[in-house]
Parts: sequence; structure tokens; C-alpha cells
Amino acid sequence: MHGRPRKAPKPEDEAASSAKAQKLRALQTQFFTFHHNKIYTKEAVELSAKLLEINPESYTAWNYRKLAVEHYLNLPDCNPDSIKSVLDDELRVVENALRQNFKSYGAWHHRKWVLSKGHSSIDNELRLLDKFQKADSRNFHAWNYRRYVAESMKRSEQDELKYAEDMIYTNFSNYSAWHNRSVLLSALFEKKAGGFLLKEKVLPEEYEFIHQAIFTDPDDQSGWFYHLWLLDQTVTTDSPLLASSWPGHGSDVLLVGDRCYNGSAFSPFSALHSDSGSFPIVLYFNQPVGGVNSSTVTVECGFNKNEDLFWKPLSASNSQTARVWVAHLKVPSSDLHSTVEVSVGHSKGIISTRGFVYSHPSMFSFKVHVQPMERDSSQVSVAENISLREENFKVYGTQSEESIIDSFDQLIIKNGHETTASNWRFEALAKEIECFRELLSLVDCKIGKLTLARLLKAYDAMSYPFANKLVHSEEVLELYSDLMKLDPTHYQFYKDEHSIVLLQKVTSSKESLLQHCFQYKDSASSAICDPICLRLNNLSLSRMGAFEKLLWVQMLDLSHNELQSIEGLEAMQLLSCLSLRNNKLRSLTTLEPLRKLKSLRILDISYNQIGDQSIDTTSIGSRNSKMNQKLL
Amino acid sequence: MDDIPPYPPIDPTTFDLIVIGTGLPESIIAAAASTASKSVLHLDPNPFYGSHFSSLPLADLPSFLSSHSTSPSPPRSPSSDDPNEFSLLEFATRPLYSSIDISTFSPNLLDQHSRKFNLDVAGPRVLFCADKSIELLLRTGTNQYMEFKSVDATFVGDNKGNLWSVPDSRAAIFKDKSLGLVEKNKLMRFFKLVQGHLAGEQDVKISEEDLQSPFVDFLNKMGLPPKIKSFILYAIAMADYDQEDTGVCRDLLKTKDGIDQLALYNASIGRFQNASGAFLYPIYGQGELSQAFCRRAAVKGCLYVLRMPVTALLVDKDTGCYKGVRLASGQDIFSQKLILDPTFKVTLPLGSSPPLPLKEKLPFFSLKDDKGKIARGICITKTSLKPDISNFLVVYPPRSLFPEQVTSIRLLQIASNLAVCLPGMFVLYISALCNDDDQGKKLIHAVMNTLLTVPLDSESNAAVQSETAEIGSAVQDETSESSSGGPSDSGEEKPTLLWSALYSQELTLGQVDFICSTPMPDGKLNYNDLIDTTFKIFQEIYPEEEFFPETSLENPEVDGDASPET
Repeated sequence: MHGRPRKAPKPEDEAASSAKAQKLRALQTQFFTFHHNKIYTKEAVELSAKLLEINPESYTAWNYRKLAVEHYLNLPDCNPDSIKSVLDDELRVVENALRQNFKSYGAWHHRKWVLSKGHSSIDNELRLLDKFQKADSRNFHAWNYRRYVAESMKRSEQDELKYAEDMIYTNFSNYSAWHNRSVLLSALFEKKAGGFLLKEKVLPEEYEFIHQAIFTDPDDQSGWFYHLWLLDQTVTTDSPLLASSWPGHGSDVLLVGDRCYNGSAFSPFSALHSDSGSFPIVLYFNQPVGGVNSSTVTVECGFNKNEDLFWKPLSASNSQTARVWVAHLKVPSSDLHSTVEVSVGHSKGIISTRGFVYSHPSMFSFKVHVQPMERDSSQVSVAENISLREENFKVYGTQSEESIIDSFDQLIIKNGHETTASNWRFEALAKEIECFRELLSLVDCKIGKLTLARLLKAYDAMSYPFANKLVHSEEVLELYSDLMKLDPTHYQFYKDEHSIVLLQKVTSSKESLLQHCFQYKDSASSAICDPICLRLNNLSLSRMGAFEKLLWVQMLDLSHNELQSIEGLEAMQLLSCLSLRNNKLRSLTTLEPLRKLKSLRILDISYNQIGDQSIDTTSIGSRNSKMNQKLL
Repeated sequence: MDDIPPYPPIDPTTFDLIVIGTGLPESIIAAAASTASKSVLHLDPNPFYGSHFSSLPLADLPSFLSSHSTSPSPPRSPSSDDPNEFSLLEFATRPLYSSIDISTFSPNLLDQHSRKFNLDVAGPRVLFCADKSIELLLRTGTNQYMEFKSVDATFVGDNKGNLWSVPDSRAAIFKDKSLGLVEKNKLMRFFKLVQGHLAGEQDVKISEEDLQSPFVDFLNKMGLPPKIKSFILYAIAMADYDQEDTGVCRDLLKTKDGIDQLALYNASIGRFQNASGAFLYPIYGQGELSQAFCRRAAVKGCLYVLRMPVTALLVDKDTGCYKGVRLASGQDIFSQKLILDPTFKVTLPLGSSPPLPLKEKLPFFSLKDDKGKIARGICITKTSLKPDISNFLVVYPPRSLFPEQVTSIRLLQIASNLAVCLPGMFVLYISALCNDDDQGKKLIHAVMNTLLTVPLDSESNAAVQSETAEIGSAVQDETSESSSGGPSDSGEEKPTLLWSALYSQELTLGQVDFICSTPMPDGKLNYNDLIDTTFKIFQEIYPEEEFFPETSLENPEVDGDASPET
């Protein structure tokens, strides 16, 4: 069925097809008469069968047959024998229709419907499937139907795995067979509670298996897809984890009524100006979760009742699941020094979108210091007049480095319980890296490079909590740069990946992060209340990432990049000042994440391409007015 | 031949063509000539079809071999002077087989069922699914007289008794357990290069310089490891001689020819839906092929007479021109053309030279230079060499069994499902090119000792054992402790030999006669070369006729009909 060149129709073929069309039209007219008049006589039903054998795509005819079957089954003289003969007729019609076109959705669906009546032998179906799957081993309709049949028959996953394996051995360029294998294995992983023990044994074997396909023919994509699935199975932990939070564990939060804070004892990562009498607590999970509320997350402090906290998901869509959740803690306006303890997941209820329960309860605490507001008009004006110009930035000084050492480590939550279970994952990744380095030494292959980049990235991410650095980030960046040149059609994808890896690299160590931290200082401000600005400008970023490390940022300069999207920026709840000047943002829709940034006061989106696109696909009329209020 | 019943005289007595011998080339010529509306008389002194290409019952094989192993028979009737206008030139046969060695280890069992066996005289032989013999069968409709089954796999053997499957396709490379990942990649890239070259893709064209260079050099240039090189050279391209030792290699494969062989192999795999491997084997043995072409000829009007020896050639007394033949029955039959089985030879009166007009026609087909002999062996066992597969080919590349082995040894196992032996038994055909009988025996014995247990209770067995003692013992010791890494189960007992026939066959008979003789069985695995030669002979005798014109196809058969049963 695949790889057959299309031939131009010969005149006699065209004549034949027009004759067929004429015949079909006559049949169809007659059929509609029967259908509209609800005539289910033998002749009428046979006519529909005739129609379907010529054109299996006629959905109306399939529906008519369903009605006819219901009609016969509801006759008063209906008995098991007659039921069986009616349904057997249906199966026969479907089989004939499939012979005509075994990619007909309607026909496969009808068969499933007949089978669901429960009067037909299911064993027969496997025999039929074997026939169809031999004729076209990649037909996904047949594979879908096979899963249905296997399930109805309660055929074991192992038997089906064996079948998929045989099909793969016949021809490994078979997405459907590999896909079925991944579906079956997923089902097996799920069956065994505590998953990883089984994965630990199965995944290395599967890697071994897929290597045979990839090395034999690296140009064949079906194997790479399966490899990507394996990599995903290796990297993702089933249970969601808390990746980071703001405020970080052990940090001191200073809340001041204006932009100035006194003394350098407080880290710029945790000092916050607030005039609303509250500050946000941000939870950043490693995957989207639902069920974050005041019973699954408890916040204990002297000045606020846990029950009053309202946890809100921060996601682009308005779904009830998100990686980032935020709640606002109200603080009294008087002087305060208090400890806040946040416990996540001590009672069950947080569930990942894939259905896994948050099973690693964690706790973090921080101190809050409130300085009462000083309503001084001269200081308020500073905030209003901030302008992110080059001359206003100073390299972040060394005077407060001590505090930064501590606070940098507070940015990330270390999940100690991961380490013991992850050894096999490390081994698997290390082995894969070695394997694909070897492949690339043999052939120059785009997808091989991409896979190596993904593997290195995954390895770095996994080892970061122990190594505290991203060992391979330079190599990964090089691979993506290479790919941008080799494969221009997918330039944007590689560029995005490159951007994210670059951001991860920048945020991976205190030293590299400090190179991008600048003190904002303009003529109007005094030396002691200079805010810190994170400048990620001129990095040719096409998208943002590494948010889990940037939850503390209040001033962010993303100017002179190639951003087309700021997806994920909603996680930066503390952001009050943002420059997106000189980027490639095309529409107001792409600014959607800004709506979730409640503290944002200053925004520069000049020199973008908003409006260049004639049609903005999302209606945002009403939102514009709100947005405009914030625009300078 | 004493019990030959008296034949009624053949009528008519004049034909366009007389063909003597029903070997495959003769049968194809008879069929082609009949198709071209020539009147043809096809004679064979044997009571069966196929002569040196036949498949024979177990008891008949030894006598057939020995009947062709003696020196030229003395002239039957010394009377070379006939009263009429012809000169008589006596026919003699020349020996084709030598060093015939038959060993029976289970006399009762085999004697009772001798007729259940169809043993190929010229084995091992297979048809590639896309080779010239299949094309010829399909084009002529001869496939309707035959049925085939697939030879399921090809293995490469080593001196430890392991059989390694040959990764001959994309799926086989993927599945292979013995190749490393890098080897798989290199091999598949090589296959793709060849496919691209054959498909005429510009960017993967193999240069003319490479095409003219030795294939082995090209494989080296492609960086293929020795194991893969050996697979490609000997188990896919089917090279006969050690390609890496120019001192002993008499037939150095050029890249161009190597690529052609790969193309043939590649086109053969998957050509017929129910043939899993590259090769086919006819049910009831290779002898069926000759017989099918004889049937094809008979349908077109060819007259057949078996058990009819010919005694002499009739030539015109004055012109020396060929006129006809004298049959053993005494009858004289005349024709314009004559085709002879290669074992016939004409004895000229002492001191005389061949008549002039025939002399001119002399070496229009003289076989290539001296190519030595081919050693053949047939073994019967009760167990398969591989537990789960019954019909397959094994190649022992040069030097794989012992250092002095300069030619590939090929072994074909055929099971009873091809109706060649008793149910539950297996026939192994072994062959190797050699310089002389001793060298040939050594090659065949090396394979037998590696793969089979030879019982000690036979009189001729002692010879077998002693002859190969040096190789055999060393090999057998290793085998008993052979690693479990091999694909063959080392725990399995080696199959026990029930019966064997070893013989050497001449490959060339200095063809300096003035009669047109067909080629004898060659040392190849398939019939491609033989069919080429046969075609040339036909063109020589009927230059104006087409060799099986397309229009002669009266039963348009679809490809599927040639496909084997499953």
C-alpha cells in the first residue's frame, strides 16, 4: 500500500470511473428514498450493501444499516438465530467494504458496533485481522481495531507484544507496530504498581531492540519515534515533583512599601516591594498537576489562616491543571517578623495530568519581614519613571555576594528521594549517549544529532541536583546550531530548543547568572535602593525557559532577542518591569501570559511585529483595553 | 540394456533436428526448436529424463554414476563401411565421473525405500527467484508442469559447526543476532549504495573505475569488516574462489559482476509472496526441470524415444557432411541438425581428419579453459542440521574449514516436504571446485566431519575417517566444546550419516569435435550460465529463429503461478 507511485489515469480508466459514478448516483438516489421513508425491506437493505461495497465511505449508508439492524432486532418474532444471521450479514458487508477500501473509517466503525452487540464470535475477528494486516501491515485502522479485539478477547499483552514483534521483524518500517508496542508496554507498566522496577528491566531491552532498527537504517523514522517514546519513559518520573518555589526554602522575604530596602543583609532574590498588602507564594511543579488547594497545600504562619488561601493555576489555557500554582498571602501592615511553613502534598489530592499522584510530600519554610509603608511621594516616582536604558545598568556589585551564594541554592528544591530510584535511568542515558555518539561517527544524520542533543540534555537535567552544573550544555548548543544549518525547514524548532538550553545554562550556576544580573541605577535613585534587573538581552532567544530558576525576578530585560512567544512567562509572578523591545512578537495573543502577571507595572513592547499579521486568530477585543492600561 | 524391448521403427525417418540426451540444455533446445516449428526427435539411451541433470532413486544413482565413469567403450560394431552412400562414425562415451565412493550405514532402511528418493545428480542446485531459469519457465509456460518450494535461508558455516544466518536483506540485518550495531550500519549502507547505483541515482553512482576493479577491493574500500565481506562475496555473490588470494583465485570477481550478483539476489528476495528466501527448489528434485521442458517440447510436437542408444553418426561419403544417426535398433534416422549430450564422442577412423565442411564449424562453442573438476557429495540423514528449519543453503567460504581450502564449499539441505526422500529424512548436497579428486574429497569430507556423525560400521567408512584424520580430528575436538554463542545449539547431537555418495565430475571435456554438444553440469548454484550457453547453441543452429518468442505463450501465466506452495 505504501511507496507505490501514483500513475496518471488512462482514458479508459476515466471512462470506467465516470461509468462507476453514474451507477453510484443511481444507487444513491434510490438508497436515499428508502432511507428517508424508513423502509427496511430485504431489497432496501441489500441495496445499501451494494452501495457500500462500491463506496465504503458512505456514512449515511452505514447509519442506515444500523437503523435497519435495530429495526430487525426489535421485531416481535426475533430469536437468537435470526439475530445471529442479521449480524453475520453485517459482518459480511463490512468485510466486502473493507476489501474495497480497508482504510474506511465507516466500515471499521460499523464492525466495532456490530461486535459490541455481543452476538458474534470474536475469535473470527483475529483471523480477519491477520489477513488484513498481512496485506497492509501498517494500516492503523486495523491496528486500532486489533487493540479493541484483543481487549474484548482478554488476550494477554504478552501475546500481543509477540504479534507486534513478529510484524516488526517482517518489516521494521512500521509506525503502527512500534506504536502498538508502546501502548502495550505502557499498559504493562501501569499494571504493576510501583512501576519503575519493571521499567528498569524492560527499557534497557527495548533500547537494545530499537538500536537494531536505528543502526540498520538511520533514515527510517519509525524507529526514532519509538526511541523518543523510550527516552520519555526513561526521563519522566511518574509521580509529579515540586521543582521550585518562591519564596525559596530558608529564605528571608523582606516586604517593603516602596522600592527601597535597607541594608544588604537581604538578598535581591527575596526582597519585594508590595503595596497591595500581600505577596505571592509560587509553587513550580515538574509537570502539570491538578488538585492544588488549601487541603493539599498547607501554609502555616502567625498572620494568615490557611483556609483563606486561594490557590490558582497559572496556565495559558483556563484548565484546572498547571505546572505553576500561586496563592497570595495577606500580610498585616505593621512591623512583622514571622516564619512561614508550607507543606505540599501531605494529604493526597495533587494529581498529574497523566493520572499519577503526588507522592513525595515536601515542606519548605521562609521568614517574612514587613517594613511598614512610608508614603513618601518622591520615592514612589522612582518606580514610575524607570527606563531600561543601557546607561542605567551597572554590573551587579560584589558587596552582597555572600547572601547570593545562599539564596542561589534556595532557588531549587532538591528531591533526595529521586536518587536511589534513578540509577538505572542514569545508566540507560549514559549508554544511549555512547551509542549515538558511535552512530554519528558512522553517519551524518540529523535525527541522530537531535537525539544525542535530547539525551545529553536529559542527562544534564537528571544529574544537575548532584553535579550542580550542566556538563554537556556547550555540546548541546553546538548540536542545535549545527541542526539549524543542516535542516533549515525545522529551523524554528531547533532555535527554540537552543534558546531553552541556553537559558538553562545561564541559570545553572551562580557565576553565569550573576553575569546577567545588573543593578538598575538612574540619576533619580539613591545608591542603596537600586533594584536588580536580570538582563537576558541580545541572546537571540526565540522563546523563554528555565522559569523554575527565575521565579524571583522582578525586573527582566528580554530586549533584542527573536522571541516569537513568551509562553510560560506567567510563572514569574513577581515581575513588575519587563522589556520585550526589539523582538519578533507578532500578535497581541502572544502577550496573553502577561494577563496573569498581577504585579507587572512597566512593559516595553516597542519594535515588535504586532499587527504585521493581518489576522489575529484569537479574539481579544475586550482584553486590549485592560492591556493598554499597563502599556507605557 | 539387455532387456530393451524391440522398438517399432520410428516414423518418419527424417527430422529437422535430432537431440540426443535429455539433460536440461538438450531439453530446452528441443523445446525451443519445437516451438519454432521444427520437427524434432529427442532420444535418450536412459530409461528416464534428465541424464546428467536428473534426479534418481537411491539405488539407481550409483549405477548411473559408474556407467559414466569407465573409459570409452570399445566400438560396438567394427563395420565402419556401409553398403550405401554413408560413412559410419562410431559413438563412444567419455567418462564424466570418477572416484565414486558410496557408503551405506543403514542398508535395510534405505534399500526398501529406494524409489522414495529423488537424488539430484548435479546437486547442490537451486533457482534464484529472479534468475534466468525462472524467467524462462514463466515465458514458456513450462512452470505449469512444476511446483516449487522456497529454500528458506542461507547460512555461513564455520569449522566449529556453527551456522550463521546471512543478513541478506534489510529485515534480516535488523533481525540478525551476530552482527554488531556498527556492522549492521555498514552493511545496510552498502546495500543502499548498491540499490541506489542500480536504480541509477546520480549521487550514489559507483564509478566506472570501481566497477572494473576487483569486487573484494571495492568492499575493502567501503570499509566493510572481514565477516561482512565474506558474507557478501561467498554467500550472496556466490564467488567460487578465494577472492583475497590472487595466487589461487582463478575467477576474480569484478565489482560490476559482484553488483550484478547482488542485484539478482536482491530481486529474488520477496519476488514471490510465499517464498521467504531468495531461492526455489522443485518438488521431486531438479530432474523435474529437464522433464518439464521435454513435456513442453512434446506439446509442440517433439517426438520422444527413451531407452534408445545411438551407435553411430552417418556422414556423407563424398562431402563429409552430417546426415543422420544409426540407432541401437539398427534404424537410420536423418536430420539436418544434431545436438549431442556432452558425454558422447565420435571416434574417427585412425589417422583420418574430420570431414572438411564440419571442420569449419568446429569450435563454435568450445568451453572455457581448463577449470578442473567439481567434487560432489550427497548425504542422507535423519535429523536436520538446524532444528527449526528444513530447507536451506550453507556456504563455507574459502579458508573457513582449513587453511588450504581455496574454494567455497556449498551445501544444500532439502527435506522430505520436497518429495526427495523418506518422510523425516534430509538430503544434503555438497559441492566444491577442485583441481583433482583427492583435493575434492578432502573438501567434501571437511564439511561432513564438521556437521555429521559418521558411524564406524561401514567398510568404506574407514577410508573416510583416515583420509580426513588431520582435519577431522582437530575440527571435531573443537566442535564438542564449541561455544554457546553460536546460533546452532551446541547441545544438539550432530546428525548421523545414513548414506553417502561422493564423486568427482569433469567440468570440461576438451570439446574439439565437429558435432554440436551441450554443456555439462557446471559448478554454479543456479542454471544461469547453462541457460546462456544453451541460448548460444540454439542461435548457432537456428540463427534465424527466435528463442521462445513471446507470442508462443499460449497460457498466459501470472507470476503467482510460479510461486511455491506453502
